[in-house]
Order: sequence, then C-alpha cells, then structure tokens
Amino acid sequence: MFAIMKRLLSVLVVASAFVLSTPVQADEAQSRAPGPQYSLPKDATSCVRDTSFMRRNHMNLLLHKRDQTMHNGIRTKKESLQGCINCHVTKDEAGKAIKISDPKHFCAACHQYAAVKLDCFECHRSTPETPKDTASIPNIPAHANLLASNANNSGEAKALGTFLKGVAQ
Amino acid sequence: MNNTSLKDAYIDKTRRDFLKKAGAGVTTLALASGVTLMAYPAPAQARNPDEAADPSKRWGLLIDVNKCTEDCSACVTACSQENGWKLDGNPSVDAQWIRKLKIKNPHGGHEQTFPVMCQHCAKPPCVDVCPTGASFKRTDGIVLVDKHICIGCRYCMMACPYKARSFVHEPLTDQKAHAPRGKGTVESCTLCVHRVDRGDQPACVEKCASDGHGALMFGDLNDPNSDISKRLASYPTKQIRADLGLDTGVRYQNL
Amino acid sequence: MAKHVTYSQIGTGAGFYGLLALLGAFIAAGAASFLYVEHHGHVVTGMTNQIVWGLPHVFAIFLIVAASGALNVASIGSVFNKAAYKPLSRISGVLAMALLAGGLAVLLLDLGRPDRMIIAITTFNFKSIFAWNIFLYSGFMVIVGVYLFVQMSSGLEKFKKPFGVLAFVWRLALTTGTGSIFGWLVARQGYDAAIMAPLFIAMSLSFGMACFILVVKYTGKATDRPLGTAMTWRMGRLMGVMAATVLYFTAIRHLGNLYAAEHAGVEQFILFGGNVFTTLFWVGQVLLGGLVPLALVFAPNNSEGSSRVTLAALLVILGGFAQLYVIIVGGQAYPLVLFPGMEVSSSFQDGTIASYMPSLPELALGLGGVGVAILITVFAMMAFKLLPKNLSDAALDPHLAAKAK
Repeated sequence: MFAIMKRLLSVLVVASAFVLSTPVQADEAQSRAPGPQYSLPKDATSCVRDTSFMRRNHMNLLLHKRDQTMHNGIRTKKESLQGCINCHVTKDEAGKAIKISDPKHFCAACHQYAAVKLDCFECHRSTPETPKDTASIPNIPAHANLLASNANNSGEAKALGTFLKGVAQ
Repeated sequence: MNNTSLKDAYIDKTRRDFLKKAGAGVTTLALASGVTLMAYPAPAQARNPDEAADPSKRWGLLIDVNKCTEDCSACVTACSQENGWKLDGNPSVDAQWIRKLKIKNPHGGHEQTFPVMCQHCAKPPCVDVCPTGASFKRTDGIVLVDKHICIGCRYCMMACPYKARSFVHEPLTDQKAHAPRGKGTVESCTLCVHRVDRGDQPACVEKCASDGHGALMFGDLNDPNSDISKRLASYPTKQIRADLGLDTGVRYQNL
Repeated sequence: MAKHVTYSQIGTGAGFYGLLALLGAFIAAGAASFLYVEHHGHVVTGMTNQIVWGLPHVFAIFLIVAASGALNVASIGSVFNKAAYKPLSRISGVLAMALLAGGLAVLLLDLGRPDRMIIAITTFNFKSIFAWNIFLYSGFMVIVGVYLFVQMSSGLEKFKKPFGVLAFVWRLALTTGTGSIFGWLVARQGYDAAIMAPLFIAMSLSFGMACFILVVKYTGKATDRPLGTAMTWRMGRLMGVMAATVLYFTAIRHLGNLYAAEHAGVEQFILFGGNVFTTLFWVGQVLLGGLVPLALVFAPNNSEGSSRVTLAALLVILGGFAQLYVIIVGGQAYPLVLFPGMEVSSSFQDGTIASYMPSLPELALGLGGVGVAILITVFAMMAFKLLPKNLSDAALDPHLAAKAK
C-alpha cells in the first residue's frame, strides 16, 4: 500500500518537475528553446491590440474582421489586413519588401517556426502595394492637375483643368 | 498702306481670334461639365468605413449599347488593371470578369457590341447552388464570392446563366491589395465593391466616362432620384435573359 | 420460411494480394494525380472555364449513382421480401458503401480547394442541392452501416426490415438529389429538366445491378463458390428491365426537348451534331448500353452458362459512362443561350461550342476512385463474413433451381 503511494508520489514529482520546467509563456529571455526570429516594425507605436492578445488570438481577430468586411462591407482602415501588412513589412538589404515565401517575412517567421500553414497569402498579397502596383486607370484628378499646371497649355486647357480639379474634389 | 488700317486689321483679327477662342472655351467648358457630371454625379456617396453596407441601396449598372463601339474595350482593360486579372494567352482558362460581346442578327446582319459581366441578380442562381454559401449577395445588392470559404467546386459556374464566373486555374502572385484572388477559387465582377464602399464608381464606368463614351452608368436603383433610376424611368431598357426572372442589377438600353 | 445461411470470408491467397497490388497501383496513380493538380492548379487538366466539370465528375457520378443502385439487391430482400436475394444483402450493402466512398473520393479530390474539406462539411447553404447531397451521402454511409450491423448481429433481426426500408427511401432521396444537381440548373439548355431525377433513379438501378452482378460473379468464381446460373440470369433480366427504363426516360427527355423549338439547338447538337457526343449517345448509350444488353438478357438462351449476362453487365457499365459523359460534358459544351436567335461571339467563348480534351491526371483520378471502391469491397470481404458459403441456385432459392432459366 505504502509502496504504491510512494511510487505514485515519485511519479507525480517527476512529472510536475518536467511540466514546470517548460516555459508557459514564449518569453525569449527565459526560454531555452530557440524561438521564432521575427522583427517588429521600426516606427510603429503599437499594434491594434496588445502583444499577448495578438500572440494568442490574432487568428480569431483576423477571421472576425474578414467576415465583417466580406459580408457587411465594414472596412475599418486600422484593422484591415492591408493595414497589418503595411506596418509589419520587413525589407531586405536592397530595400525591397520581403514576401511570404521568405522566412524573414513577419508572418512567416512564426508560422514556419510553428509549422502552421498559412492560407491568407494564397489570395492576398503579402507585401504592401507600391504606387507602381496600384491601378493605373486614367486618374481624372491627376490629369486635371496636368492640364492646369502645364505652362505650354493654352488658356482654355488650363481653365478646363482648373474646372475639373474643382469638380473632382 | 496707312498705319490705321493695318492697326484696325490687326485689332479686328485679334478680336475675331478672341471671340473664336472664347467661344471654343465656353463650348468646351459646357461640354466638359456634361462629361464630368456623368463621371462624378455626387461626391457625397462615400460611406463611413466603420459602417456596414446600406441595405436601403441597390447598386446597379445601366449600359447604353448605342454608345458602345466594336473597337473599344476600355472597360475590359480598366477592370483588368483595377482588379489584377489579365488575358495571358490561354483564353479557355484565363479569368475574364468582363468581356465585350458581339451579337449579330442573322437576318440582315445588324451587329451590336456591349460589355457583359456579372449581372448582380436579385435572385442569383449562383447563390442558390453554392454548397458553403461562399457565393452570396450583400445587403446592397452586390453579388460576391467569399473566397475564404469557397471550396472551388465550380457549381456556381454551372449555374450562372451569363457565364459570368471564372475559376482560377493557376497559382497567382502580386495580387492587387484591394482585389485578392487565388488558385482554386471562383471569382467574378465585384462591381468594384472596394471602390463603391469609398464612394467611387466601378473602374469600367469611370474609364468609359473619362474616355468620353459614357456608355456605362452606375447608381442606386432603389433611389428614384438617382441618375440611373431617372434614366430607367424615361427610356426602355431590358435585362439579358429576363425570362429567367432573376431581376438583374445590370440593365441595357438600346439592346 | 427462413433458411439458415452460412457466410464466410474470402481467403488471402496469391490472387488476393495480386489484386490488392493492382488496385494499389491505380490508387497510387490517382493520389499522384491529385497532388499534381492541387499543386499546379487545374490548368494542367483539360477542364476550362467553359467545361468546368469533366472526366473526374463522370467517374464520380457514375460511382455515386451505381452505389445507390447496388443497394437494390438488399432492398429487394428486406423490403420486398424476395427470399433469393436475402443472402446477398450483406455484400450488396458493402458494395454500395464502397462505390459511394470511391465516388466521393474523386469528387472531393477534384475540388479547387480540397484543403477546405472541413469548411465543406461544416458550413452549409441549405438552398443548395449540393449541400443536401453532403448530408444524403454521409447519412447513406451511416444508415447502410447500421443496416449491415443489424444484419450481421444475431438477435437484431427485427431491425432488418425497418432499416432496410429506411435505406431504400434514403437512397431514392440520394439519387433524386444527384439527378437534381443537373435538373435544377435553369441556365443551361441541356439541363433544366425535372425528369433528370427519375432518370438518375433508373440509371442507378441499372448501373448498380450491373456492378453487383460482376462483383459477385467474379468473387464467387475466384473463391470457389460459383454464383448459380439461374440467379445470375434472374439478376441479369432485372438489370435489363432497369436498362429499358433508362432508355424510356432518355427517350421522353429528348422527345420533349425536340418538340420545343426553344431546345432544338442543344438537341441538334447532341443527337445529330456528328460530334463525339452524338457517337457516345447513339453508339455508347443507346446501342451498347441499352439495346444490345436488352437483346442479350431477353433473347431466348440456349447456352448453359451466364456469360451473356456478364457481357450485358459490362456493356451497361460502358453505356453508363457514355451516358454520363454526354450529360455532364455535352451539357456544358453547348453554349449558354443569352440572345436566342442571334449569332454571338466574344473573347470568352460565348456562342461557340466548347471543346474538351480529357487529360491524364483526370483519368488517373477517376480510375483511382474505382480502385478505392474495389479495394474497400475486396478488403471487406476478407475481413467480414459477407458472402454466403454457397451461392448456387439451390442454396439461394430452392424454387429457382426448379424453374431453371
């Protein structure tokens, strides 16, 4: 009877020592296992939620916001996926934004470490959109500016440009 | 020649030139204002981004077929540039959100061309058949594919009476930020929902207007005072395949 | 007058492992094709924006429709109380589940986003017949599973009839749902017909019986318990009646379409267009899949064996594939009619007949599904006591042997 209890107790002690020795929080300072190498945005003040929330719940937040945007058309700028990507961009030595396939991408850093497959970037771009990428359909306000400001244009053209600028605003 | 007559002739000439240029300027301004009024009916359509889509609105298009020419496909180009799809040389599998259709009457040979895209039906068959509900109609009438839950079964493509939907057959990269699209999901014209939500018009409408044709008109079908509703009230218009009873949001004039 | 039937498993000799290896090869090819298509996208298949469902769907729908019909033997035994069919109800149930599993495997692996399987089985739009089919298919597996359990357990005999009836009604609903996938599409001229539902029911009974006859006859031959000739003929003639019913519904559907000027275009294309669909319809479906099997099973027979029934069953299956190809691919090849009476053209193949060339990955996936179905059946026969030890006419139904042929 006592032998069994002693054995149980020793098992319990060993097990708890094992469990307690692993860090509950993935805090780099205390962890002995190598953690994900991610870089934070340089000039950002804070994320839309605090770090501990984001670490645990960013997926739920993304899912919730995406359904709101998709089905209800709610497009709060601060909480858009584009907002996340624009802020959490990492650049290589040449200054070009790093894509999701590279482990230095903010999302890839942790996701490759944790081996959790990302579905988002099958459809969404993983880098901020540069003006070059943006739609280039004739931008009427831009053309209006050209008309109004170009010194070679005749007076009527300039007048038209000024008129268009005024209407476009 | 005495100086007075030369001077008078010069003054007359400058007066004539001035009158001509002023007349041209006024006419240009008058015409230009007509064009721009078409392109920018009312800036105050922008919705607060934190608010949901307005169910009292029903967005629609009116296409005047007479203003459409066979050699122009500006709307197609604008859509492809805005949303990031393009014809890559493989027409059977390339996505086409909008296309120019040409119909010819076999009796007599009369032809017409006009763009066809998702008709944003009030009773969309694609929404009925989607097993996961990825194909859905927003409260303001825009029919969309929720590509997060689309499983790529292509049943909506079978069901669409207008062949509006495309399947993405290849892996994609560098998508437009406002138009995510990916391999294995189905897509179609979104009525440029990202533009509409910030108060702009669909890319095709804006391009056609800025090119001076003005064949496409966008607006709120539920608002009797909108330009599109007034036009629908004044002129005969029709829906493609009206007999199916789908109540499309895209209407055609002079078809 | 319940007779005692002894069931036994099939043995695992060289033939068994050889068959497993062959099926494994087909399944491996199917798996490889799935990985290839999933990685590169559907551009590597022959399916396009015009023909969105192709050869894999022909295979999948054949297997699913045959699955529903394969259960018919069990239904005849339990629901309609025909004594001769009762000993065959276990293998009938297993074959039904195996065929359905094979068909669903092909269908699900051809999805554009097969990684979203969980979404497919948890998020439903109940206005979609597709969503209802997901319930009908999974429900079928459960009900037939319970039905088999009830049959194979001692002491649960009283549940055989209620579950048999439930399974019978369920599979009618399932096949109606499968036919309605096409029948409820108003957009396309080749579909949009309520008759698709009963047509598919007749098809299921015909194809299912054909598959059943082949499986039981050849398993019996291979495991030294040959299926009685009279019973083979009896099932063959039942298959013949079903094949005739398929011809009838097909005729009604096409005659109705031909009468209306509105549908003349698609009928002209399929029936008289001189294209692959015309050949598949007249030669594949009507002649080889319908008239020849009818002649084989109903013409006076002087031979001793039942090889004519086997040939008829093979031809019914061939005709079934031809029929589904014409329905699924032919219905999409004919263009949507947006402007009746006008000549239409565009950059998106409006107004033109779409062309389709099945690709190797599609064929491999389809055959892989067939492999899965047969593998499950063979494995189940090895693991469980599904087939009666004695499949002769005398053992199945003493009255049969007396009537003989």
